[in-house]
Amino acid sequence: MFDFISFIPRAIVQGIPLLLGSTGETLTEKSGNLNLGIPGIMYVGAISGVIGSFFYEAAGAPSPFLTVLIPLLCCLLGSLLMGLLYCFLTVTLRANQNVTGLALTTFGVGFGNFFGGSLIKLSGSELPSIILTTTSNCFRRSLVNAADTTASWFGRLFLSYGFLAYEAVIIALVAAYVLNRTRTGLHLRSVGESPTTADAAGINVSRYKYAATCIGAMIAGLGGLYYVMDYASGVWTNDAFGDRGWLAIALVIFTIWRPNVGVLASFLFGGLYILHMYIPSGMNLAVKELYKMLPYVVTIIVLVISSMRNKRENQPPASLGLAYFREER
Amino acid sequence: MDNKTPAVKMRNITKRFGPVVANDKVWLDIYRGEILALLGENGSGKTTLMNMLSGIYFPDEGEISIDGRPVVIRSPKDAFDLGIGMIHQHFKLVDVLTAAENIVLGLPGKLDLKKAAARIREICSAYGFEVNPEQKIYDMSVSQKQTVEIVKVLYRGADILILDEPTAVLTPQETDKLFAVLRNMRDDGKAIVIITHKMHEVEDLSDRVAILRHGQFIGDMPTAKTNAQEMTNMMVGHAVELNINRPEPKDPKPRIVVKNLTVRSIDGILKLDDVSFTANSGEILGIAGISGCGQKELLESIAGLQPVEGGSIEYIEDDGTPEQLLGKDPLSIQQMGVSLSFVPEDRLGMGLVGNMDLSDNMMLRSFRRGRSLFTDRKSPRKLAETVVHDLDVVTPGISTPVRRLSGGNVQKVLVGREIASAPTVLLTAYAVRGLDINSSYTIYDLINKQKESGVAVIYVGEDLDVLLELADRILVLCGGKVSGIVPGRGAKKRDVGLMMTQLGGKTNG
Repeated sequence: MFDFISFIPRAIVQGIPLLLGSTGETLTEKSGNLNLGIPGIMYVGAISGVIGSFFYEAAGAPSPFLTVLIPLLCCLLGSLLMGLLYCFLTVTLRANQNVTGLALTTFGVGFGNFFGGSLIKLSGSELPSIILTTTSNCFRRSLVNAADTTASWFGRLFLSYGFLAYEAVIIALVAAYVLNRTRTGLHLRSVGESPTTADAAGINVSRYKYAATCIGAMIAGLGGLYYVMDYASGVWTNDAFGDRGWLAIALVIFTIWRPNVGVLASFLFGGLYILHMYIPSGMNLAVKELYKMLPYVVTIIVLVISSMRNKRENQPPASLGLAYFREER
Repeated sequence: MDNKTPAVKMRNITKRFGPVVANDKVWLDIYRGEILALLGENGSGKTTLMNMLSGIYFPDEGEISIDGRPVVIRSPKDAFDLGIGMIHQHFKLVDVLTAAENIVLGLPGKLDLKKAAARIREICSAYGFEVNPEQKIYDMSVSQKQTVEIVKVLYRGADILILDEPTAVLTPQETDKLFAVLRNMRDDGKAIVIITHKMHEVEDLSDRVAILRHGQFIGDMPTAKTNAQEMTNMMVGHAVELNINRPEPKDPKPRIVVKNLTVRSIDGILKLDDVSFTANSGEILGIAGISGCGQKELLESIAGLQPVEGGSIEYIEDDGTPEQLLGKDPLSIQQMGVSLSFVPEDRLGMGLVGNMDLSDNMMLRSFRRGRSLFTDRKSPRKLAETVVHDLDVVTPGISTPVRRLSGGNVQKVLVGREIASAPTVLLTAYAVRGLDINSSYTIYDLINKQKESGVAVIYVGEDLDVLLELADRILVLCGGKVSGIVPGRGAKKRDVGLMMTQLGGKTNG
């Protein structure tokens, strides 16, 4: 029988980085910025946290509070800088968003691997990885251990995660509320749909684009941090983050730009991502690889369905990917 | 009028776009309780001037004062705060939002759509609008969208309203309704500026006119003391013949016979329903209808661009042999020896390539000619030069990207190219949309010349006054059906307008 009680927590843990990444990207895209730099930004967020925590642990990590706070702030700062860079290039200089985003992804991964490699060398470890057990233990602290089969099913399903996982869900719900129910959200949506309209209505288009993109980048960066500190138990290995960033962008499309839908959708994606470990496929690696395709296949199906139904609300923001210049004639 | 203080006083306003001076030391006074018509050719700087008042552009030089107080308008928000509201030619609305959401867009405070809806209904009943606050913009007709725009500025408490070509997309009935509302607002003491190209509207509605030419202020005067001829002369700078001549068709023979044409859009919506008519050579067949009633599909079916569900379209040769056009694409129609020219509605989307220069655009029609491996670039260049010379296209040169030209000049390039292929059938859609009076008359002239040389012209137009003066026969479309075909001579505007809104029109309007 399929063991749901142990499968679901693992799917959720797998889904949290995707949830943070997609919430950040949804906010960004609602402002009309198609930030394809999200994989790079998540990578930078992760390595920035690792750098902060590495030096704090090297200093002995005396306070558990600071052990959490320092990597958190480093991660936010690193991803904020990436967001600012993206905005400066695409909003202020009006560079092509696709090219800028892809460049940031390439840059972010290179940046992460460079500093990851340097830290590994500094630590003098035999293995090609950095292990931050103290920090990770602070991040992973939870009420119930998911692997503890004696605990109640309720505790294992709902109470077995580190604080960042709950925060991710709260961020997604708050983002959905802000987007749909507040004036700020209305303004942000109008900027992404029609910047000329927003501008004529007296909304500062550049400010909204900057704010949404930078906040989005910071949220996505947290996804990277969660991956290293919680999911990977504080072990940084170059390139271990994999294609999760792209999966987060696929998730944005899958949720048709709704962060609240993203909560469950990210858990679903997380489940699909690890399904191959739970389905007996023997030693046949080819079959395993086919299972790994599932999240992407599902995204393509959703894309087909949502464009077939052709409901205006389910389309991407109308000016997504376009730079805005007021005096263009 | 002399002892009134102006609500808006603009003095020595100058605005440059790079080397182009859009406004050169313009003076303008706007009074409350008055409708001011702002006139000028395309590119004379009317919209630019008004954009500076509404905060979209910032003037390079000059002063603006509101109620005698000098002000600086840096952004649309500043303009709202001063009570200035502009209704743009291209609506500034977000399609996926509701009317209420669009109306409160950009305002501070907590979002309370219920309260907003109540106030919108209040404004609507005060001036006689009809707006459903919960309706999404993409579900609305053009005139409904315009109403939302007007309510939007009134909601912000604007008492100086600027309307940029508000009637360009409205039916005569909708225009009458709009004018009634504008008069209501004028009587309420609001200052209203309306930009338009249509002289009869100026005479009908405005109290005063101000005229710009090439970015310079030419003069203003009470509407009652002037007439269309004088205003046009001031706009253009020289005397202009204002009558469209309509020569009798010479030896009309059926050229295009359309029978029971039915077209469905990709979404399965019926666009043309059982349309039958004949277009004769040497005749202009005008097509009237509210926009989106199947005009586009009709022309594209004939041009071979639109998949058709049923019916037939026959081209009749000079010797009387019919040839079926249905099911053929433009290339095979051309290879059949049928010379068909199409001036589409979307000039830079379907007609020309914006980023290519004039001569390359000419080549789009001729690049297949010849057997050489290389294209012939000489003759398109020559053609471009001829078009520029014959039609007075204002351009820095034939190697300028078409995108940089103004609307009127783009249209001249397109029409020039299409006419140069010596067609037997000329299809035009909204040939003068957005063109000023001078360019419009050039285009009418060109179309008339084609007609005289025996071309069957199908002219889709939106200005009924022009259709009534230009077309020999008028086919009225209503919701994809033929509402009637009337002779252009002696047709009444009211009747045609009614036929546009209901099949067959009323027997007595």
